[in-house]
Amino acid sequence: MSETNSDRQRRGDRESAFYLFTQQRLPACKPVLTPPWVITIYFLVGFIFVPVGLFTLRASHSVVEIEERYDIECVPSQFRNDKVSYIQDDSVPKNCSLLFKVDKYMKAPIYIYYQLENYYQNHRRYVRSRSDQQLLHGRNFHGTSYCQPLESSNNRPIVPCGLIAWSLFNDTFTFIRGKALLKVNRTNIAWKSDRDHKFGKNVYPFNFQNGTWIGGGKLNPRIPLSNQEDLIVWMRISALPSFRKLYGRIEEDLDVGDYVVVQLMNDYNTYSFGGKKKLVLSTSNWLGGKNDFLGLAYVFVGSSSLTVAIVFMLLHLRSQR
Amino acid sequence: MARVRKSSIHLSKLCSFSCCCRPPSTTDEHARIGQKGYSRVVYCNEPDSQEQIRLNYRGNYVSTTKYTAANFIPKSLFEQFRRVANVYFLVVACVSFSPLAPYSGPSIVVPLIIVIGATMAKEGIEDWHRRIQDVEANNRQVEVYDGNGSFKEIKWKDICVGDLVKVHKDEYFPADLFLLSSGYQDGVCYVETMNLDGETNLKSKHALGVTSVIRDVETVKGFRAVIKCEDPNEHLYSFIGTLYYECQQYSLSPQQILLRGSKLKNTDYIYGVVIFTGHDTKVMQNAMDPPSKRTRIERRMDKIIYVLFITLILVSFIGSLSFGIETKKDNGGDYRRWYLRPDSTTVFFDPRRPLVAAFLHFLTGLMLYGYLIPISLYVSIEICKVLQSIFINQDQAMYDEQTERPAHARTSNLNEELGQVYTILSDKTGTLTCNSMEFVKCSIAGTAYGRGMTEVEVALARKSGEILDEPMAIDAVESGEYVKGFNFRDERIMDGKWMDEPHSDVIQKFFRVLGTCHTAVPEVTESDQIVYEAESADEAAFVIAAREVGFQFFVRDQTSIQLHELDPISGKTVDRVYELLNVLEFSSARRRMSVIIRSPEKQLLLLAKGADSVMFERLSEHGRMFKVQTKEHIERYSEAGLRTMVVAYRELDDDGYKMWEQEYAKAKTSVGADRDDLLDELADRIERDLILLGATAVEDKLQKGVPSCIDKLARARIRIWVLTGDKKGTAINIGYACGLLRPGMKQIVITLELPQIEELEKQGDKDIIAQASLESVEQQIRDGKSQVAKESSTEFGLIIDGKSLFFAVDENRVNCFMDLAMSCATVICCRSSPKQKAVVTRLVKSVTGKTTLAIGDGANDVGMIQEADIGVGISGVEGMQAVMSSDFSIAQFRFLENLLLVHGHWCYRRIAMMICYFFYKNITFGFTLFWFEVYASFSGQPAYNDWYMSCYNVLFTSLPVIALGVFDQDVSASLCLEHPLLYQEGVQNILFRWIRILGWMFNGVLSSIIIFFLTINSITGQAFRNDGHVADYSVLGLTMYTCVVLTVNCQMALSINYFTWIQHLFIWGSITLWFIFLLVYGSIPPPLSTTAYKVFIEACGPSIRFWLTALLVAITTLLPLFTYRAFQTRFRPMEHDKIQTRRS
Repeated sequence: MSETNSDRQRRGDRESAFYLFTQQRLPACKPVLTPPWVITIYFLVGFIFVPVGLFTLRASHSVVEIEERYDIECVPSQFRNDKVSYIQDDSVPKNCSLLFKVDKYMKAPIYIYYQLENYYQNHRRYVRSRSDQQLLHGRNFHGTSYCQPLESSNNRPIVPCGLIAWSLFNDTFTFIRGKALLKVNRTNIAWKSDRDHKFGKNVYPFNFQNGTWIGGGKLNPRIPLSNQEDLIVWMRISALPSFRKLYGRIEEDLDVGDYVVVQLMNDYNTYSFGGKKKLVLSTSNWLGGKNDFLGLAYVFVGSSSLTVAIVFMLLHLRSQR
Repeated sequence: MARVRKSSIHLSKLCSFSCCCRPPSTTDEHARIGQKGYSRVVYCNEPDSQEQIRLNYRGNYVSTTKYTAANFIPKSLFEQFRRVANVYFLVVACVSFSPLAPYSGPSIVVPLIIVIGATMAKEGIEDWHRRIQDVEANNRQVEVYDGNGSFKEIKWKDICVGDLVKVHKDEYFPADLFLLSSGYQDGVCYVETMNLDGETNLKSKHALGVTSVIRDVETVKGFRAVIKCEDPNEHLYSFIGTLYYECQQYSLSPQQILLRGSKLKNTDYIYGVVIFTGHDTKVMQNAMDPPSKRTRIERRMDKIIYVLFITLILVSFIGSLSFGIETKKDNGGDYRRWYLRPDSTTVFFDPRRPLVAAFLHFLTGLMLYGYLIPISLYVSIEICKVLQSIFINQDQAMYDEQTERPAHARTSNLNEELGQVYTILSDKTGTLTCNSMEFVKCSIAGTAYGRGMTEVEVALARKSGEILDEPMAIDAVESGEYVKGFNFRDERIMDGKWMDEPHSDVIQKFFRVLGTCHTAVPEVTESDQIVYEAESADEAAFVIAAREVGFQFFVRDQTSIQLHELDPISGKTVDRVYELLNVLEFSSARRRMSVIIRSPEKQLLLLAKGADSVMFERLSEHGRMFKVQTKEHIERYSEAGLRTMVVAYRELDDDGYKMWEQEYAKAKTSVGADRDDLLDELADRIERDLILLGATAVEDKLQKGVPSCIDKLARARIRIWVLTGDKKGTAINIGYACGLLRPGMKQIVITLELPQIEELEKQGDKDIIAQASLESVEQQIRDGKSQVAKESSTEFGLIIDGKSLFFAVDENRVNCFMDLAMSCATVICCRSSPKQKAVVTRLVKSVTGKTTLAIGDGANDVGMIQEADIGVGISGVEGMQAVMSSDFSIAQFRFLENLLLVHGHWCYRRIAMMICYFFYKNITFGFTLFWFEVYASFSGQPAYNDWYMSCYNVLFTSLPVIALGVFDQDVSASLCLEHPLLYQEGVQNILFRWIRILGWMFNGVLSSIIIFFLTINSITGQAFRNDGHVADYSVLGLTMYTCVVLTVNCQMALSINYFTWIQHLFIWGSITLWFIFLLVYGSIPPPLSTTAYKVFIEACGPSIRFWLTALLVAITTLLPLFTYRAFQTRFRPMEHDKIQTRRS
């Protein structure tokens, strides 16, 4: 029965798509790497990549960035040999000031970043030591075992629990230009989705930094987590051990020759693991911040592709002869 | 009673003795009944008796399924976890719920379940089909005697041992039955055993005289007997048992046994007693899984998996070592990395016990870098192979219109091996030739009839450079009136003209012999045509020849044969009835057959036909009139590759015959070991003093397209060995005809048909013969080798006969012989036995160490087919036994070129590329994880979200690789056939060499480096968007993952060169799917989507830097492979590159 059916089919639609499919004869595009194609592709890559690279480089160069390392300068000279005891000694004043000289005109908004190096926020133990549910739902949520050893203190749960929150970065900066305080906007520095959906609007810090060992910054227990933007920024863990995090925005332009004095409280301990601390002021454009790498990589790939094209062409012509 | 018995003896002469099915039973075997292995007891017609029930034999329910509903899950799971890789993944899945795991448990379990589930589903579907067949078979109806004087229909599965059943014409036997009686008075019945041994001819079975009277409900009612017989076994052609009936013992032989799986033909009904049921039946005992064969590529793939496991362990070790060192540094008073709270930690990160932590981290590493081992590799390969097989089955280029048989891949796991065949070992008859015999010539009364040349003659003529003045090969098609089996053209004979020939009476006798001396059965088809069911194709050709000349055989019953004959006197067709008295059947030992008939003129005649060697010595003094000419003609015919048969007759006198008949009847009814010898002797006594009539010549035609196919295969540099049972001369001639031996070729012949050996054989001292043969063969091999060494530029063909082969494959000489054989382009082994075929196959396989393919069509090729790496069965005339044991079946030899050069090449290429690519994509992915670890102090934090990772193998990279494995073609089918040399890519294994595999792996590592370092340098650090936000862990993960998906899919696009809409859909669809996945997954609330929440919509999508990075990485990772391929294609092109370039 099926035989006759398939017979009919066989005779009937010799040209049908299904028949061609079963005979593996579907219309197909069969690109072949012939020399003209190869050369064309190389040139195409080259002629696209080099301009894109140059364009990207220009964008990167148009970004003004000032970077200052302060973790060593801010340690008084008598503590230079034992920075750890300096940072752990509460009696020593931690204030410090930095001077930024503006060499290029910086258009507002100017982003303020703090940069940490050799700090493994991406360590597995660290990454897991948080409770997304608790951040959203507050201390009524109990499945917070990942937060150990900072799950609870004095038999009461900690909100926000875990290592990440506990080690909150707590250096603070104030910016003075000339005599006037520069206004720093410290809102909207966290991701909107974090504020809206990951940190509860009705969740308030509780029992936070009340243990024997106080890690990093403290939180105002009267502000809900969704408004604790420093915490939110900190808790969006970094990808690599060297990272910047957004601190705020200066919403005034800085002119060439301006001096900006930064008054900072150097509270955060990076000395025990030899991590650097830097402060960065940077403008931004459509491409983000200053980074020549992308542009250079484009130019490099583009130009090497042009080189290979020429080499290939020459070899091809020579062997043809 | 006596009267009935007498007539029954009289009637069963037709199948009086059949030497070919001679039961091997002897008296001492019967004596073993009741002992171990012969303990079965059947109470006939008393299935419900206490004794029978106590024996508790199995029911007739048959299940061929691998699984049952109850054990499917455990059993198929067990099958799955016999693979090392799957066990690894299972362990990983179990451990993934512990804190050791770098990712969440479900994310590793789900892909495992999908992969295992897909494989199990495949198993399940296959098993379901088997189950449907079982159900159909189990529910067929059969009539069973109910013990109360009537028959009722019950289902097959309800039949018990001891039941008395009635089977009607054209029905299958429901179990192994003991034949009681049949619709014929003498208890004969005919069966077709196609499903058992594939032979299409009818076989006769006959009941014992005592039981053949049980033919109606009345006699059945009183029938009680006990059968004691052997236990269930798989031997189809033997049966040992004893019937205890009416205080008498009767020996049973296979003649009384009707096997399940065969079909009743030409008989109205039979009565039988069920002996073996269900799985005890011989056909079920025979059913076993064919030996499982694995391909070279798969074996190498296992090695690659080991390499990857070693890499995995190494990488994990490096990781855990570094982790241990880093963690140890955290110890100390000031707690270096205080933010990790090393003072109060779990054992996994405890700086005070860095060794333990490092060890546990090693386990974590094994899980994390587990992505180096492709979880879906096995299932993907299986899916691909099944789909490839479907393509093979569907291919119209391998569909035989005549028999309506497509090619069939009976196993799907050898597809790519088809592309690597180094040696083909082929049977001749039925494989190279059609095995549909055609009557082409004859010699009657010393005159040769039959015009035209056979293919062999044409080839021979071409070989000697003769100019052909006669029309080319007798081409039946052009004359328009082609009759199957008859290709005889001679105006002197045809259309009744034979009557005007000088010896017209001899001609008449000659064709009468052909028309009557046979065991064929005529069958009238719907269109009133008569077709003959004969035991062999030769026989059918004779009957057809007789019909075409004017001696149409049209009725056979138990006692007579009727012919429509052309009467030379009146010129009209008359019906003549020949009374059939005895049939002395053909056997390979006798090499002749004869019938004794009484003609309408009451003349008693013995008509005989047989091989020339036995027939000529049986001629009477006055019957040798045409002997010289006939012999000459026979020689000429066999040179032309024809099969010859001598035809003779004898007139018997009534008295002599009567005496002989009495003795013969007595011998036939005798029971004992010497019964057959006695019958042989009696036959021999009467087959004497024959009068020669002439000889026939039948051509076993070469199959269509064989020479051109062999030419193509030879151009693909595949070695072809022909292993045949034919005579040396015939084999060589066929060799020329099909182009295996070519004019420029030198022949090396190793034979023992030498005068001195024959001399020794006459003396009969076996030891001396063996010694002399050995020396002779050794000498001939040495000579051959030196000849080959001398003339290295000429091609050689080696021809060796079976006897010499026996000595040549002896342990001490085998290397020497194989050396010689390997240096010859063609090897023909003639006169070889089935066992020798298998031995030679094994030798070739082990000596060359390369893939061998055996192709054959008959039961005698089964050994060879099973022994070879790939067995191909020709589903031709000889039936299905070769096909049943084969891996692939095709209808015609010429389809082999499509199977190998097209499908083999494609499948090889596909699977090789697919595996390489699989490793590439997983190495690329796995190593990006490792590079990230370097930047995460080897803590075991994966770079990506858990679910990105688990979807990698299942969603974003699986379909393109399957498209590659199923659809890719480097060049089209017609170009594959046009350029057979392309096939060498597979034979030399160019696409799956270690260097190439390692190259792909290196490419993977390179890709991962490019992806990781370009991404981290482009994305992280500074703001990555206009609004000043920086890229965090989740953005980096997403960007890298996007780059990985883009890279591996584009690499796929680069490495295939065949794009239909399917490839486009799969490749670009996979990339699109990733972005859709991001959108969907990213909008699930954060507790589930964790780090992936809105990353794409909010952070990456609007970032130009993200897109620029993705483009840069994708192009940069492609460039190394592109450059390699561009240069390689241009300056070191492989065979397929050349063809592609030439075409475009």
